[in-house]
Amino acid sequence: MTAGPYTGRAVPRVEDERLLRGEGQFVDDLVSAGAYEVAFLRSEQAHARIVRLDTSLAKAMPGVVAVLDGRDLADELEPMVFGIARIVPETISETGTVSSRVHPMPALPPERVTYVGQPLVMVIAHSRSQAEDALELIEVDWEPLPALVCPEEASVRTDVLVEPAWEDNVALRADVSTGDVDAAFAQAAVVVEETFRSHRYIGSPIETRGVLARFEPADRSLTVWASTQVPHQLRDFLSGALAMEPAAIRVAAPDVGGGFGVKGSIYPEDLLVPYAARHLRSAVKWTEDRSEHLAATTHGRDQVHRIALAADADGHLLAVRDRIIHNCGAFHTLGLVVPYNTIAHLLGPYRVPNAAISLRAVVTNTGVVAPYRGAGRPEAVFAMERAMDRLARKLGMDAVELRARNLIRPDEMPYATGLVYRDGFRQVYDSGDYPELLARARVLVDEGEARARETERRRVGIGYAAYVEGTGVGPFESAVLRIGADGVVRLATGASSQGQSHRTTLAQVVADAVGVSFESVEVVGGDTAAIGTGFGTIASRSLVVAGNAAAHAGRVLRGQILDLAAHLLEADPGDLDFVDGRITVRGTSRTLSLAEVAAALSPFHARRPPGIGSELRADSTNVPGPVTYAAGVHAAVVEVDTVTGVVHVRRFIVAHDCGRIVNPAVVEGQILGGVVQGIGGALYEELQYDEQGQLTTGSFLDYLLPTVSESPEVRIAHVDTPTRLNPLGVKGLGEGGAIGPPAAIANAVEDALRHLDVVVRRCPLTPDRVRGLIAAAAGEADRGEHPAPAATGGRAS
Amino acid sequence: VSSEIESQGEPARVSVAVNGRQVTADVEPRLLLSDFLRHRIGLTGTHVGCEHGVCGACTVLIDGTAQRSCLVFALQVDGAEVRTVEGLAAPSGELHPVQRAFADEHGLQCGFCTPGFVMSAVALLEGDRQPGEDELLDVLSGHLCRCTGYRGIVRAVRLAQHRMAGQARTETES
Repeated sequence: MTAGPYTGRAVPRVEDERLLRGEGQFVDDLVSAGAYEVAFLRSEQAHARIVRLDTSLAKAMPGVVAVLDGRDLADELEPMVFGIARIVPETISETGTVSSRVHPMPALPPERVTYVGQPLVMVIAHSRSQAEDALELIEVDWEPLPALVCPEEASVRTDVLVEPAWEDNVALRADVSTGDVDAAFAQAAVVVEETFRSHRYIGSPIETRGVLARFEPADRSLTVWASTQVPHQLRDFLSGALAMEPAAIRVAAPDVGGGFGVKGSIYPEDLLVPYAARHLRSAVKWTEDRSEHLAATTHGRDQVHRIALAADADGHLLAVRDRIIHNCGAFHTLGLVVPYNTIAHLLGPYRVPNAAISLRAVVTNTGVVAPYRGAGRPEAVFAMERAMDRLARKLGMDAVELRARNLIRPDEMPYATGLVYRDGFRQVYDSGDYPELLARARVLVDEGEARARETERRRVGIGYAAYVEGTGVGPFESAVLRIGADGVVRLATGASSQGQSHRTTLAQVVADAVGVSFESVEVVGGDTAAIGTGFGTIASRSLVVAGNAAAHAGRVLRGQILDLAAHLLEADPGDLDFVDGRITVRGTSRTLSLAEVAAALSPFHARRPPGIGSELRADSTNVPGPVTYAAGVHAAVVEVDTVTGVVHVRRFIVAHDCGRIVNPAVVEGQILGGVVQGIGGALYEELQYDEQGQLTTGSFLDYLLPTVSESPEVRIAHVDTPTRLNPLGVKGLGEGGAIGPPAAIANAVEDALRHLDVVVRRCPLTPDRVRGLIAAAAGEADRGEHPAPAATGGRAS
Repeated sequence: VSSEIESQGEPARVSVAVNGRQVTADVEPRLLLSDFLRHRIGLTGTHVGCEHGVCGACTVLIDGTAQRSCLVFALQVDGAEVRTVEGLAAPSGELHPVQRAFADEHGLQCGFCTPGFVMSAVALLEGDRQPGEDELLDVLSGHLCRCTGYRGIVRAVRLAQHRMAGQARTETES
């Protein structure tokens, strides 16, 4: 499909003006007359039995309308189970065995809490301050139970069970392989084996979560405004959980202030607030505060890899073996999603003839782990790319040269890895030029300039990380496109936006597909009242799945408009040209504007064709086949102050393939935003639990997000290879920027300290941790490698 | 129980000029300026991101100085002039140069942190002196953005500075 005039242009965003005037409508901005407000009492215990829970004083407080706890809800709400938790594609059995338990999660636990921050009691009052006052008066007597914090420990302990219905703490087991790994290792000239940990951090959008629900007694309908990435999934979930017809529930995601995956999960509060609205036959609102967010919004990462690479003497990879422990937190809610993403992205852009990957996902007494930008991929890339640097060092080979020797070449595409992807299709990389990505990144690194600044104290390091990313996963996305007598082309899509500029980019796609001006297209996303079906904006899929649905609808609508124009112009549709909103009989001066054609849809138009409705409409549902593979090579140039331990990222390089580009400014913004989140994970951000399972990083005073001062120069190169798997030729974009930085920066820091022969096994590379590496190398072994306070699983390191 | 409630204090009167409009209200002493602006007088353009003074999303101008409205009680602005993002555009509706520059340089994505950045930039650039690059970055480092990676924001503030300086020159010359 050829690109139209808008595809590929940095069209200014239609979103900006409202937001800049302060006229955005985020959930907490919405006013619903008489809405009650909610505050939650949350567990202060990581693992404890509730011996006594007394809410009577709270109920008597001024302004309090209701106080609900797990005992009140036990007969009202089933524990929460999400459909995706049940999906294990049968085809995966061709490569091994994968089993995943379904783990119901009570919205409010009646008997036992299993992580700090878990919602325990819901107080509903006339104001938030009244609700918070009442929280102070709730009395809880606990019987503390032993808490499991470390995932390795949880994987072997059976005397302490996070989920007592199970005989151990293992929620998911996966053992998949391709080729003959044992034989490959036996004949290898070089083997490296090492343990690498991806620590726990969080998406933390600047807008926290929030829910406003209004029940209308007159027609028993429920309207829910939620800061969610998946309004249609939430509607369908609420329909089941509240036993209401889907048609009686409207879920809308208004302006959403960032998501990054964490608003792609459905939470207890998403059920409890609508439940309370129905229970009280009123409107009920809850806005999360930042401390609730850090404790109870889903966390990301938290995996340990024991990875081994086998290579021949020239550095050609012969085999990869990896044993992974994934920390689910207190509930295993989303099945294969994150753990299997890790498996399917471990081998990356490399030719690996033999691989054996096993993974155990365990539950622990920590916050729930779910997708966060990259969703299993940064963890895989951290293990594989760190291992590649260890292999290069053992071989005495340049790390870039080692990668170049192993990258899959364009002439090998499409390339089958031998594994099966999470969607059940055989994993086949469809397109891409990985060697060119690496070559372009290397040029931008400007190694000579970087290394020339090295001094005795200030050590320069350069590190690379290459990755692939399956994007545009199903199951489907929907689009409804209509035009009425006002001549405005309106697109409704299930893919809502949390800042990704869909109202601009999807309008560009539609304008080109229909043949109208960009200004004549309006996009509505994230409202089940605007379109009945949808899946949501997650997993780097919207432009691929929703974009192609919109483009298809656009082509259909174009045909309908041409038919109408043909009637008005008394011509054959095949004789018409339709460009930028103007329809002309080819070779003549007979012409109509889109507005003139659309006007004929008015019931009072004199030349209205017989049998036509008041609008033209095209519905499209895109059910994609296999995912398309985006790819990238990231590189970090760092300077390590060997006295203070401070790591300064001097520049960061992204060579990127996101297929055909629709809006270059939006692409750049997505890459930069992702990179800075990745830098946060590499250097600053960590959610830490102590050994009792207390979260010790519960506010922005101790959980550090990067600011502009921590954001380096980022150099971007595009090596975009449009895919043939979808008509637009696009690949997903949202997550890539966040995938590479931890691995690239860790590689760069290890390179900077190569004279000390250190091994970087985990991030964030805080000054304390870097000084610990240096001290350990200098023989001060008693400091150990991890001087930071005991973190998640710290004792295993 | 009762002493705790009484410690919240009796409502007291606050009289404040918000975006040039005089507002008088009785408020609980504990009411934050951010909540006063958002929920009492409906100016929801000021956003609350952390409520502990780190993220900067709630920044407003109090007597011309950029301050975090989540760290100020409503009663503390009695007699003051408060300016919020809603008060930046000209009466004609034309965007403030800082707002315009954010749109021109892709300085926002989700738009949630944006009003805070914009208010701090306005306070910085409407003064008499020209801030240097270090001061500009220092001020912007008081704000968190999770979407943009900051490049567009820095470009936008530089562009606004350039345009406002040009405008000031034009006005001086004419």
